Amino acid sequence: MNAIILSAVLGVVMMFSSVFVKNKSALKHIAAAGLLVLLIANIADTYGCSLFKIDLHNMLRFDKFGLFFNTIGIGATLIYVVLSGRDIEKSGNYVAEYFALIFFVLCGLTLLTSFGNLLMLFIGIEILSIPLYILTGSDKRNLKSNEAAIKYFLMGSFSTGIMLMGIALIYGGTGSFQLEVVRSVFASYKGVSFLEIAGLLFLLVAMAFKVSAAPFHFWTPDVYDGAPSVFTSFMATVVKAAAFVAFIRLFDARVTETSAAVDWKMLFSILIISTLLIGNITAVFQQSVKRMLAYSSIAQAGFMLFALFSLNDMAKEGLLLYAAAYSLATIGIFAILIKMKDVSFEGYNGLAKTQPLLAATNTIFLLSLAGIPLTAGFFAKYYMLASVIKTGSYTWLVIFAVLFAAVSAYYYFRVIQAMYFKNGEAQTDTITPGFKAGMVIVAAIIVIVGILPQTILNWFYF
Amino acid sequence: MPIQYYIALAACLFCIGIIGVLTRRNAIIIFMCIELMLNATNLLLVAFSKMYHGPAFAADATSTAGIDGQLFVFFIMVVAAAEVSVGLAIIVMMYRNVHSVDINFLNRLKN
Repeated sequence: MNAIILSAVLGVVMMFSSVFVKNKSALKHIAAAGLLVLLIANIADTYGCSLFKIDLHNMLRFDKFGLFFNTIGIGATLIYVVLSGRDIEKSGNYVAEYFALIFFVLCGLTLLTSFGNLLMLFIGIEILSIPLYILTGSDKRNLKSNEAAIKYFLMGSFSTGIMLMGIALIYGGTGSFQLEVVRSVFASYKGVSFLEIAGLLFLLVAMAFKVSAAPFHFWTPDVYDGAPSVFTSFMATVVKAAAFVAFIRLFDARVTETSAAVDWKMLFSILIISTLLIGNITAVFQQSVKRMLAYSSIAQAGFMLFALFSLNDMAKEGLLLYAAAYSLATIGIFAILIKMKDVSFEGYNGLAKTQPLLAATNTIFLLSLAGIPLTAGFFAKYYMLASVIKTGSYTWLVIFAVLFAAVSAYYYFRVIQAMYFKNGEAQTDTITPGFKAGMVIVAAIIVIVGILPQTILNWFYF
Repeated sequence: MPIQYYIALAACLFCIGIIGVLTRRNAIIIFMCIELMLNATNLLLVAFSKMYHGPAFAADATSTAGIDGQLFVFFIMVVAAAEVSVGLAIIVMMYRNVHSVDINFLNRLKN
């Protein structure tokens, strides 16, 4: 509860700070301080110290899983603001408003991690999305940004329409908006009406849109490519992971394999296969690192979908670890990408000579995304695949996923190859020592989690 | 009237909306079609709400069964209004740059 109320209040505070604070660079520090307060309040909430005692009538339900994810999301946003805050300042004249919108996105995120009613799911998704439409189009004179904003807006509200239809149909079948109802429909054997099944399928499609799973991914590359890089970084990490948490909250029920009304495992495995296939194969052919990262985010979504496939405790732990590892690595890669003058693969040629430290940290982030051992990404992928093996069926899916993880190594290594083994003069903006220190800290976190995953996983007992 | 009529009407409106979104190229018309989808949902929710409320009301005049469907409709209307304000701003932004609201126009410009 702390995080929901505080993030909304802090958003309003940021909006007003644009009136009172004339110094642009001070805004970044205000935002970072606000995020720190939010983080501490949320951790306090996790350990039973809630500032607000409100009877919520089960509209919201706070469990350890959701609160841990809040911590990861807010922490990742804090790192994002610290690393890229200066670039947010450069992206336009309305810096305070951008930070305010980021706080409102976090408010949506905290609703999504704790909803107990479909109404709250709807409101959470909208609070998460509407600020993002604005951030996507924040580069007003740039046609690519315009296109991205209009595509994102139309596709986003289209999927909202589908989701609402799903909610209405489930309501028609069951007479309730409570979350247990959805879960019971999802897990039930027989006697489920056509309305409920249709509603659940609509919800599945809408959520697949939001997490950009494959048949519904087509908006992702254009939007991520067109949006200003600073905001792509935020969209591709924190927001995507939040949508996944909402997804797993919605469908978190034990499904009995054979006699369920619909073979949900089959549906999810189709989603996973097509997401991994399309994401990885198209990423191989990209010429721009930014667009490659957009496709790679689709491919990573394929791995996160494994949590929805297996739906056991290991999958939930794995999803948290994956969200943390993926967000940290991607935020780091984007922080470097924003500093590059040229974001094609050629633009990275020879970065190791001009900026050895950035090249080294970038390598760690890329290795983590590829899932190489001794990085956080390896354990994240390991947990996801182990959770599938634990369910005992569909083991071939794991083999398939490992093959595609190998394919993904190809396009991540292309960047490393460009940085270290190609001759060229990579042009970057001026790099401050503070930025370098930040990158080293993020890289260190990734390696420490990779070597000692127990340190972070010991928190995840819920 | 039986509930089936409402479901059929809402399904028709919803399908018109989806077909409009998928086939039209004018951003404003796509936007109208999305609104049509939302309104189909509103209609359906009100109809279901009435379906659950009717028998409960006949048995007990103070019953609030089925009232949450109508409450949901208010939330949809408010959120849709917020979405419209952002969406129209984005469409106006696009119009100022390219003097067109054709969504394929930007694709062509890019290449």
